[in-house]
Amino acid sequence: MSIGYQEKGNTKVIAEAIDFKVSRGKLVALVGANGIGKSTLLRTLAKIQQPISGEILLQNKALHAYSNGDLAKEISLVLTEQLPSKNLTVIELIALGRQPYTNWIGNLSKNDHAIVESALEKTNLLEFKDRKCYTLSDGQLQKVMIARALAQDTSMIILDEPTTHLDMYHKAYVLNLLKRLAHDTQKTMLFSTHEIDLAIQLCDEMIVMNDGKVFSGTPCELISQGVFEALFPNDLITFDATSGSFKVKNT
Amino acid sequence: MANQPTYRLTFIVLSVLLIGCFLMNISLGSVSIPLKGIFAAFTGGEIDKETWRITILDIRLPKAIAAMLVGFGLSLSGLLMQTLFRNPLSGPFVLGLSSGASLGVALLIMGASAFGGFFASLLLSSYSLVIAASIGSFLVLLTVMAVSYRVKDTMSILIIGLMFGSITGAIVSVLTYFSDAEELKQFMMWTLGSLGNLDWQELSILSFLVFLGIGLSVWAIKSLNAFLLGENYARSLGIDIKTSRIVIIIATSLMAGSCTAFVGPIAFVGLAVPHITRLFFNTTNHKILVPSVCLIGAILMLICDSIAQVPFSEMTLPINAITSIIGAPVVIWLLVRKRKMIF
Repeated sequence: MSIGYQEKGNTKVIAEAIDFKVSRGKLVALVGANGIGKSTLLRTLAKIQQPISGEILLQNKALHAYSNGDLAKEISLVLTEQLPSKNLTVIELIALGRQPYTNWIGNLSKNDHAIVESALEKTNLLEFKDRKCYTLSDGQLQKVMIARALAQDTSMIILDEPTTHLDMYHKAYVLNLLKRLAHDTQKTMLFSTHEIDLAIQLCDEMIVMNDGKVFSGTPCELISQGVFEALFPNDLITFDATSGSFKVKNT
Repeated sequence: MANQPTYRLTFIVLSVLLIGCFLMNISLGSVSIPLKGIFAAFTGGEIDKETWRITILDIRLPKAIAAMLVGFGLSLSGLLMQTLFRNPLSGPFVLGLSSGASLGVALLIMGASAFGGFFASLLLSSYSLVIAASIGSFLVLLTVMAVSYRVKDTMSILIIGLMFGSITGAIVSVLTYFSDAEELKQFMMWTLGSLGNLDWQELSILSFLVFLGIGLSVWAIKSLNAFLLGENYARSLGIDIKTSRIVIIIATSLMAGSCTAFVGPIAFVGLAVPHITRLFFNTTNHKILVPSVCLIGAILMLICDSIAQVPFSEMTLPINAITSIIGAPVVIWLLVRKRKMIF
């Protein structure tokens, strides 16, 4: 598959020959340098934009064959964009995740209430449920957005840089939470990140985008293939395969 | 949405208040009619003076109903636009509807002399103003719709609507520059707005259009709530963005366009009432907001109209001015008291 943008007949290919699989119930990180096309890939996977060529299969069915309504039951999103209205309460916002299942006016059934409640529980948000979103910290708000995606009850959750704006502790916390959720609920969690060190420690699988080439596999496989060394120019930082982390060169 | 506190009591209070304001609006006027007389007029019972019955049924009742319909229509379209454009400064007229209507009316009143006698003879019937305003706002609407179908970004539609407003506003300015005092006055009278000129037939057309708009808005409640998360999230929730956007724009145009055509451009209500309602109910859930915006809009219009007709005097003030004089302090007071805008 190749991805990119189409504008008035001009096709701008961002990355091509992308071929990978992600499996159910796994925490999968997508890493790569800035501008390499991580967001474009995620947007294409979420059907926000079309692939230039090739196709995406979701549970053996082509992605473009899903209607918007059906896709909403298979893929949910956590995006980096700011919410236009932060005046919703936590529980109201999470309940919006039930929209693909509710009737024409959006009334919640007993089942919907139970699912919202369990999403609150799984993300440890019960005590915040009646708080307005503008009173929350960035870390709490990110948990709320994850809970909303959980409530949408899809087989896959795509998260665009879920750890930006968070401190070290909360980065680890959110990734750990995602891992637990992926394993407990058997949902695939695919997220893009710049926290390569953390991703190597926590993820089941990783997808590495580098100069138009895409590698995928478990973190150990990728380290042994030497994929991370080639990720950045090595004048400033080097990858230490034994510790699985980047080190700054002392010059 | 989940665990929403029930606003039943607030809704009952507002409904009672609406009925109260409706009766107050009818009982006040240049002639004072006791409450007993009003009930008699409605029920067809014994009445002291037969003129009272005519005053109430043919003058005050249509005017009160017009005030209510305009309150429903303008407030609700303001809410739709603020949510669609994610912009608290939006109102029902951001799509350029009222400037389109003014252009239609300006062309009719001030352009008629330029076009000669044929148009001038058509000019003075009350329907011609309504028709000119409708054609004006409809043409602007069609253009905005055509553009919005091609443009992906909702914010661009907002800017395009404002640009159309500027263009039509500029043409109106040129027209006023070249017109004489009599025409200017007639045009000014229209821009000041009037609720009192509607007969029953016009009222039924207006109420049909307004209720059609309300129906579409109710249909759009679910997508409006999804829009609170932004368009990308709304799409990921299975909402058909293009269809919802078009339905919301059509609903707004029906309500704001028809109100403007029949009573003139009443600017303030559409911007302020959604804010008053959100501050009052402290929620952004459209299942609560859609009905409550209608109720509060109608109450505000009835109160403003009662003041505008200056009870027990022959004088009436322009409704467009009164809505701002009454409404603006309310919004300022609410914002200062709550210290935070709710959006």
